[in-house]
Amino acid sequence: MTDKATTPRPSKPRPAKGGRDDVALPALGLLGTLRWAWNQLTSMKTALFLLLLLAVAAVPGSLFPQRPADPAVVTQYLKDNPETGPWLDRFQLFDVYSSVWFSAIYLLLFISLIGCVIPRAKAHFKAMRSKPPRTPSRLSRMPEYGTLAVPASMSLAPADAVRDAAQILRRRGYRVDVRDEDSDRPSVGAERGFAKELGNLVFHTSLIGVLACVAVGGLFGYSGQKIVVEGESFVNTLVSYDTFTPGSNFTEDQLSPYSLTLDEFEIEFDRESTTHYGQPLDFTANVTVKEDPEAEAEEQVLKVNSPLTLGGTRVYLVGNGYAPTVTVRDGEGNVAFEGPVVAVPTDAMYTSLAVVKAPDAKPDQLGFVGFFLPTAMIDEAGVSYSGDPDPLNPQLNLNSYYGDLGLDEGVPSNVYVLETEDLTPLNNRDLDAGGIVLGANQTYELPDGKGSITFDGLKRYAALDIHYDPGKTGVLVFAVLSLSGLAASLFLARRRVWVRAGQHPDGRVMVEYGLLARGEDPRLTSEAAALRGLFTAKWLAPQDTEGQNVGRVSVPANASADSNAAEESGKDQ
Amino acid sequence: MPSIDYTLALYSERFMLLAAFAYTVAFLAFTWDMARSSKTIRTVESRLENKAGVRETVPAGAGNGSARDWDADGSREAQTADSAMGYTGPRRNAARVGVALTVLAAAIHAAGVVTRGLAAHRVPWGNMYEFCTTGALVVAVVFLLVLTRRDLRFLGTVVLGLVLVMMMAATIGFPTPVAHLVPALQSYWLIIHVSVAVIASALFTLTFAMSVLQLLQADRETRIRSGRKERLPFMRIVPSAQSLENLSYRINAVAFVLWTFTLMAGAIWAEQAWGRYWGWDTKEVWTFVIWVVYAGYLHARATRGWTGTRSAWLSIVGYLCVVFNFTIVNMFFSGLHSYSGV
Repeated sequence: MTDKATTPRPSKPRPAKGGRDDVALPALGLLGTLRWAWNQLTSMKTALFLLLLLAVAAVPGSLFPQRPADPAVVTQYLKDNPETGPWLDRFQLFDVYSSVWFSAIYLLLFISLIGCVIPRAKAHFKAMRSKPPRTPSRLSRMPEYGTLAVPASMSLAPADAVRDAAQILRRRGYRVDVRDEDSDRPSVGAERGFAKELGNLVFHTSLIGVLACVAVGGLFGYSGQKIVVEGESFVNTLVSYDTFTPGSNFTEDQLSPYSLTLDEFEIEFDRESTTHYGQPLDFTANVTVKEDPEAEAEEQVLKVNSPLTLGGTRVYLVGNGYAPTVTVRDGEGNVAFEGPVVAVPTDAMYTSLAVVKAPDAKPDQLGFVGFFLPTAMIDEAGVSYSGDPDPLNPQLNLNSYYGDLGLDEGVPSNVYVLETEDLTPLNNRDLDAGGIVLGANQTYELPDGKGSITFDGLKRYAALDIHYDPGKTGVLVFAVLSLSGLAASLFLARRRVWVRAGQHPDGRVMVEYGLLARGEDPRLTSEAAALRGLFTAKWLAPQDTEGQNVGRVSVPANASADSNAAEESGKDQ
Repeated sequence: MPSIDYTLALYSERFMLLAAFAYTVAFLAFTWDMARSSKTIRTVESRLENKAGVRETVPAGAGNGSARDWDADGSREAQTADSAMGYTGPRRNAARVGVALTVLAAAIHAAGVVTRGLAAHRVPWGNMYEFCTTGALVVAVVFLLVLTRRDLRFLGTVVLGLVLVMMMAATIGFPTPVAHLVPALQSYWLIIHVSVAVIASALFTLTFAMSVLQLLQADRETRIRSGRKERLPFMRIVPSAQSLENLSYRINAVAFVLWTFTLMAGAIWAEQAWGRYWGWDTKEVWTFVIWVVYAGYLHARATRGWTGTRSAWLSIVGYLCVVFNFTIVNMFFSGLHSYSGV
C-alpha cells in the first residue's frame, strides 16, 4: 500500500488569489511520472479494482457462446442476430478469454502483483535474517501483557529467568534473542510465524507460475477429435483427425505414431428404474492399442472419467452413437457407397441424424438424409420415433435426392449435412414415392431406376478426444503450491513476544511479558494464556501461585488485556 | 451395479419432510426470541426513563459488563451484544428451544441424507435435489458446530430461513427420484470436489447472514452515534458491526481456501473427464468469478477505505454469485455441467 496521510499545513495568509498557489507542485519529469504510474499500479487499491474488474469481465463469456468452446453455435448466433451479432463480435464477446480487454486486465493485474510481491519478498528476506525487534521499554502497552513475581525462595536470577523464557519460547517455535544479559534488566525478544508472509509470497508467485505453465500448454500442446467405428482404427497422424487444434508452436513431428482400434463398444442402460428407465449407466470402449507400428498390440479399456495415456497424449471417451452400415447401388447397378454411416444422436433415445452421400453414383449422384431409430415405434399421429436407446427394432427413415452433391470442387463440406438446395428430391413424404423406411437387412429400390439402398447392419462408434498439454503438470504443481501458501498465509499467525526480568529490592524476581500480533490474530489471547501457564509451571509450580502475580516490575500499567486494544493493533497491517 | 432400494428412498423422503417441519418450528422459535428480546429491551428502556438514574436489571442478551455500559449516554457498547460472542447474559428460553429443535431437525435431516445415499449405493450429491438437501444439512450442522464455540444464536432466524428455502427448493423445485449416476458423474472426484464445494458454500451462507446483519448494525450504530432515534431494536441482541466483520472474515478465509480447493479439484476432474483442466465452461466461469470476488474481499480488509461496509457488500455479492452459480447457471445455462433430470 502506498497511501500516505497528508498532513494539512497551516498556509500563510496570502493576498488575493489563495487557492492552490501556495502549493508549489514539483515537476515530476519522465522518471517521476513513471515512478508515479508504477506506484499507482502496484497500490492495493488498484489491485483490488483490477481484481473486481476481472470478475466482471469474465461474466460475458458465460452469457454469449464462445468460439473456442463451440464455433458452430457462434456462427448460428451471428446468423440469428444479424444486427447485434457483428457488433458483439467487434468487441470480441465471442472470444472473451482471449480478447484484448480481458487480457489487458489480467496482465495488468499480474504486473501489479509482481510489483507488490518483489518489495515484500525483499522486506521479508531482510526480516527473516534480522533479530527479533528490540524490547519495548513499556511492555504494558502491548495488547497482551502479564507479570509474574517469583519469590526469593526460588533463588532465580533475572538472567536465568530470561534464559528459561527463551528456551520455552524456542520450543514453541519462536526465534529468540536474549539481550542485556549482564544488566539488571535482561530481556528476550522472540518472533514466530515467518511462514505466514512466506506463504503469502508463495501463493502470489505460484499464480504467476500457473499462468506461465498455461502459456506453455498453449504454445506446444495440441488437441484433436476422431470418431472411430467398431472394427476401425485410428493412427495418430495429422490426416487421421476429424478436427485438429494445434498450439502456436506445434510441429507435426510431435505426433507419436501410435494406433488404436475400437474392438467393441458396450453400453449398459438402466432397466430396473421406473423413473430413469433407459438412462445410461456405463459406456465401455474395448480397444487394442499399439504404441508404435512395430510394438506389441495391447488390449485396453477406455471409459468416461478414465482416459488412456498413449504416446504422451491422453485419449478420452467423450461421445458415442450408432453407425448403421448401408450399401448404395447406383442406376447402373454398381456399388456407389458401402460402409458405416456415423449417425449423430439428438436425444436420450438415440434418435440419430443420418446423412449418406454417394458422389460416385452414376448417372446421377445420390444423397440421403433422415433419421436412424434404434427402436422404431409409431405414435398416435403416425409419426415414427425411437422408444428405446437399445437397437430392438432398428430402422432408417430417409429422404433421397439426386443431382450434383457439390463435392467435386474440392470445397470442404460438413459430412453430417446434406445441402439439398441444388438437388432434386426423389423420396419424401410429399412425393408419390413417399419416404424410405428401411428395417434391418431390407433393400429399397429408388424410383425411376436411380438405384437402391440396403440397410446391411449396425455398429456403434466412439467419439474420442486426444489431448496433449505439456504445461499440465506445471499447472498442478503451482496450483498445489499456491493452495499451501494460501493456507499458510491465512491460518498462521505472526507474533512477537518479549519477556523482561528484574530483581525487586525485597528479593523477588519480577517477570513481565508482552505479546504483539502482526496482522489478524484472534488467538493471541490464548497464546498469552499458554505462555503464562508454561512460565508458571517453570518457576512457580511448587508453590501456590494464586495472588502472587499481581506485582508490576517497572511501569504501573492499566494492562487488563483490553480486547479493544487487541482489535486495534490487529488491524494495523 | 447394485439395485436401488426404493423402500429406503421412501423413508429418506419422509425424513426430509419431517426435518423441514422441525426446522420450521425452530425458525419460529428463533424469530420469537428476536421479537421477545426486542420487547424486553423496550420495557427495560421505558422503565429506565421513568426512574432516571436508577439502575435496572440487565437487558436481555446485552452481554457481560453491560451494567457498566448501560449508562444514559448510550455508548456503542450498550447498544449491541457482547463482542466476544460468548454465552453470557440472561437465559433466552426461546433461543434455547430453537437450538434444541435445530439439533433434532439436523439429526432427522442427516438420517434422510444418509438413507438417500444408502438407497442409491453412492454419495447423496448427484443432482440438484441432492445438492440442496445435503447442502442444507451442511449449513445446519456448520451453524450448530459454530454455536458450540460462539453464541451466534442471533443468526438463527436468517440461517434457518436459508435452510428452509433450500429444503423447499429441493422438494418443490427439483423433486428427483433416486437413481444411479450417469457415467459422467461416476468418479471419485464427485466425492471430493462436490463435498468440499458444499462445505464452502455452507460457510459462505453463514458469512452472508453475518454480513447482512453487519450492514444493518453498522447503519444502526451510525444512527445512534448521530443521536437519531434507533431502528430495529432487536438488533441489540446482535454484536457490534466490527465484531461481526472480524468473525465473518475468519470464516470467509476458511471458506476461500476450501473454494480454492474446489476449483482445483474441479480442474483435475475436468482434465480426467474432458481432457482439459480449464475450458471456460459456464460453471467454470462462475466458479472463477466467485473465487475472484472473495479474493477481492480478502484484499479489501487490507485496503484503506474498503473495510467495514464495503467489504460486507463484497461478501454479499460473492454469496449472490454462489447462489446464481447454483441455480441459474445449473438450470438455464448450457454447458458441460448439466445434470440429467436436474
